[in-house]
Amino acid sequence: MIRLEKRPEPSKVWTVATPLVAVLLTMVAGGIMFALLGKDPVAAIRTIFWDPLFDPQFAGYSRPQLLVKAGPLILIAIGLSLGFRAGVWNIGAEGQYIIGAICGASVALAFYPADLWIIFPLMVAAGALGGFAWAMIPGILRTRFNTNEILVSLLLVYVAEQILASMALGLLRNPEGGGFPGSRNLQQYGAASNPELIAGTGMHWGVVAAFIAVIFAYILLNRHMTGFHIRLAGQSPRAARFAGVNPARLVLLCLGLSGGLAGLAGVFEVAGPAGQISIDFNIGYGFTAIIVAFLGRLHPVGILLAGLLMALTYIGGELAQFMLGLPAAAIQAFQGMLLFFLLAVDVLTNYRVRIGKGATV
Amino acid sequence: MKRRTLLGATAALAVLATGAFAQTDKVKVGFVYVGPIGDGGYTYEHDQARLKVIEHFGDKVETVYQESVPEGADAERVMTQMALSGTDLIFATSFGFMDPAANVAAKFPNVKFEHATGYKTAPNLAIYNARFYEGRAVLGHIAGKMTKTNKIGYIASFPIPEVLRGINSAYIHAKKANPDVEFNIIWAYTWFDPAKEADAAKALIEQGNDVLLQHTDSTAPHAAAQEAGNVIAFGQASDMAEYKPMPRVSSIIDNWAPYYIDRVQAVMDGTWETSDTWDGIAPGMVEIGEITGIPEDVKEEALALKDKIAAGEYHPFTGPLNKQDGSVWLAEGETAEDGALLSMDFYVEGMKSEIPN
Amino acid sequence: MNLGAIDPVLLIASLMVASTPIILAALGELVVEKSGVLNLGVEGMMITGAICGFAVAVETGSPVLGFVLAAVGGAVMALIFGILTQYLLSNQVATGLALTLFGLGISAMIGQGYRGIKPPATPKLDMGPLSDLPVVGRILFSHDWMVYFALALVAAVWAFLKFTRGGLILRAVGESHDAAHALGYKVVRIRLAAIAFGGACAGMGGAYISLVRVPQWTDGMTAGAGWIALAIVVFSSWRAGRVLLGAYLFGGITVLQLNLQAAGVPVPVEILSMSPFVITIIVLVIMSATQRGAAVAPAMLGRIFHASS
Repeated sequence: MIRLEKRPEPSKVWTVATPLVAVLLTMVAGGIMFALLGKDPVAAIRTIFWDPLFDPQFAGYSRPQLLVKAGPLILIAIGLSLGFRAGVWNIGAEGQYIIGAICGASVALAFYPADLWIIFPLMVAAGALGGFAWAMIPGILRTRFNTNEILVSLLLVYVAEQILASMALGLLRNPEGGGFPGSRNLQQYGAASNPELIAGTGMHWGVVAAFIAVIFAYILLNRHMTGFHIRLAGQSPRAARFAGVNPARLVLLCLGLSGGLAGLAGVFEVAGPAGQISIDFNIGYGFTAIIVAFLGRLHPVGILLAGLLMALTYIGGELAQFMLGLPAAAIQAFQGMLLFFLLAVDVLTNYRVRIGKGATV
Repeated sequence: MKRRTLLGATAALAVLATGAFAQTDKVKVGFVYVGPIGDGGYTYEHDQARLKVIEHFGDKVETVYQESVPEGADAERVMTQMALSGTDLIFATSFGFMDPAANVAAKFPNVKFEHATGYKTAPNLAIYNARFYEGRAVLGHIAGKMTKTNKIGYIASFPIPEVLRGINSAYIHAKKANPDVEFNIIWAYTWFDPAKEADAAKALIEQGNDVLLQHTDSTAPHAAAQEAGNVIAFGQASDMAEYKPMPRVSSIIDNWAPYYIDRVQAVMDGTWETSDTWDGIAPGMVEIGEITGIPEDVKEEALALKDKIAAGEYHPFTGPLNKQDGSVWLAEGETAEDGALLSMDFYVEGMKSEIPN
Repeated sequence: MNLGAIDPVLLIASLMVASTPIILAALGELVVEKSGVLNLGVEGMMITGAICGFAVAVETGSPVLGFVLAAVGGAVMALIFGILTQYLLSNQVATGLALTLFGLGISAMIGQGYRGIKPPATPKLDMGPLSDLPVVGRILFSHDWMVYFALALVAAVWAFLKFTRGGLILRAVGESHDAAHALGYKVVRIRLAAIAFGGACAGMGGAYISLVRVPQWTDGMTAGAGWIALAIVVFSSWRAGRVLLGAYLFGGITVLQLNLQAAGVPVPVEILSMSPFVITIIVLVIMSATQRGAAVAPAMLGRIFHASS
């Protein structure tokens, strides 16, 4: 009989070792899948995990791209993780990301073609406020009417998508775009653009913001009373109330922070890598960030690493697709597998495996 | 003059380069798709064309592709990585890839880029598009002839020029065939949601529309038409032959293969240069699928219309045509200019509803 | 504009069909959540069911077999989630999302040979003269058997949760797994059964899309229906009857907005397009505001159970 015994403290060794074990297991399982598809499993695994980082042909370009891809994921996931710790379920970061981008882009386009240094800071503020406001809808409905925030935040994603389409086709449409949908490209509007800060590094303001968010969240959770309240509310809502935590304020704080950060991610993306508001501007960062948050065990440093790993599988997966002709579906399944293994072996961090007689589960 | 010499010299260099290249290696062609190749419609047809490129050139060509590439930053990265991997020619097959393609093309002057349905060109960035409105004129004619309720349902995606051209072209020719005809439009506001398309088709059928046109890719409207009986529909993007002979009576097919083969050949020959191609029925970029299940005389008329368009004798947008608000768009005998067509943002006179936004 | 063209009888009949996949999936997820487990992988299980059902129906010519295997396929996917979350104690939210990713990938791989094929038709149930009755005939007696199956399942789940001992145990597990464990119930096994049931329901819901509603196979064709099902469970306040209400409300507004467009009602399309989501939110707000405190989520929802004794 195999049973699990809870460790008094999470194992330090396994905390580091489990991700490696998971990646190894994924390589084996994924390799089998690739072999079944008639592809060279070793080449496939190497292309996904190794080539984006070290292949001389690609690495110079794809290494910085890791930051571009991971930046928004980390930024959003950090915000979500605070709420998830406190038991506040914001599933709609995707919608807050969209609204943030629309607000930021609107500010930029309102000033077009003025060349003022103030434009970019204003855009960033508008983006954060937009995301914040969009997250306040489920927040206020929850605190005021006791409406479940999972449903409201999730359904508001679809509403935000409709607003996005409407903006790309209407108000924000590029008047010089020949009637095509989509706004002006902000990359080509200096005062509003969010370019690479140091050439060849992939660093843009969004990545900087992601790093700041990681540090901020770390300090908040470990050194600050609010962080303590957040953790307490998640672990024991009753105790939190005795400790003087105002649950309504905590809900608004968590939703507001996560919405604001998602909005920031949106504005940095629209001003930088994406460049414009288009019908299909959002590509699921808000949902993927939920995975990143949990993969990082809701810990700021963990989220940083999880975001980078996710980004690696995206970029490596792209390489594998066109270098080896693997279908996109196989890459998706492979990512799913990697997540399964990462989540599964995590059990070793918190539990000891015992073989022998014991209580059956 | 100076510029031309320079261009000539570059061309000569390119010939040398590709010539030398061809001896040692294959021409490598990349395809960037916006959807999965299993979408059964737009991306599926681009991939079919890729397969025909392979069939045509055999081992002289190597193709790579990437499915479901989001527009924006991801598209730019995918194209950059393709260029880095030694691809000679890259087809970016969706409108949203325009700025990314332009950016990457600027970074890789020796790689050729082809962008579908956009308007930005560069010395190494060509654009291509299909005159689907030519095909829609033929479908519109059949629709006008076949409707008994005089109500034609149209499932549209987003109000963009491409879709509006299709609606207007179909409407003009349906109206010519049957002056009492009325178009009812549903904007699905999505590129891809088969279940929603099914609902839209049902809503149209239940309101008495007995002909369905669609600018969305799934066969859901055909299934709804079949279930209802007495309703006909048209294949979109691909033939949708599984619903032959009824309710699918014809189709408008995207056939990119001739163009792709041409362009790959040009790279092999070293004659590739930037261009702006907007082909219709004549070169075979737009195909009308086999016409089935309708009276012989309607079929004859439809084919005659198709031939006239193909021969260049007739332009689907020929005056007199007014805009929806009654203002004159084209005078008697005048045909629409490409520029006006490409940026079309209005309905023609007679359409009842309004365009969103 | 021609509102007269909208026939309310046909509208109701349509919304019943349009809502069926969401009812099935939401009902399954309801049972899962009642047991205290949150599986966000509904979309992944639906799409797997959609391709399993489609492939089997095409190969055997039998839609019934298709639905059965769709249920099996959905349940197998669900059990991946079950093993990970129940035995390996992984986080449920993340595992569910991973399941969606995995399901979308696997289904597209299985589906490669099934594009552009028409599946065998799922016949309408022959109700004889009943279907000729005015109004009710069209609304109630003119559907395929899956519509009735879904309705029967709503009643069955409702009765199971309310009246049976099994339902009581399931709810006990969802409200306090430690107490249920102390009483000697096999918490993990009960939850696995609930998870498998949820997967089977989601699988059938997916197959209803690929075999009846559309019917064809394309990659990712469920297009977010799983997420709507999840929202409907919350909307229902974890009550079976309200799942029906929520799904009909959502499906009804979707169908109605398309009908309004077809009739040329001068309301901006983007407003119509977002109306199903907005109205669902508004109705939930009204409901939650008027009956404060009642019907909350199962207490153990999403929490990990580990028998420490």
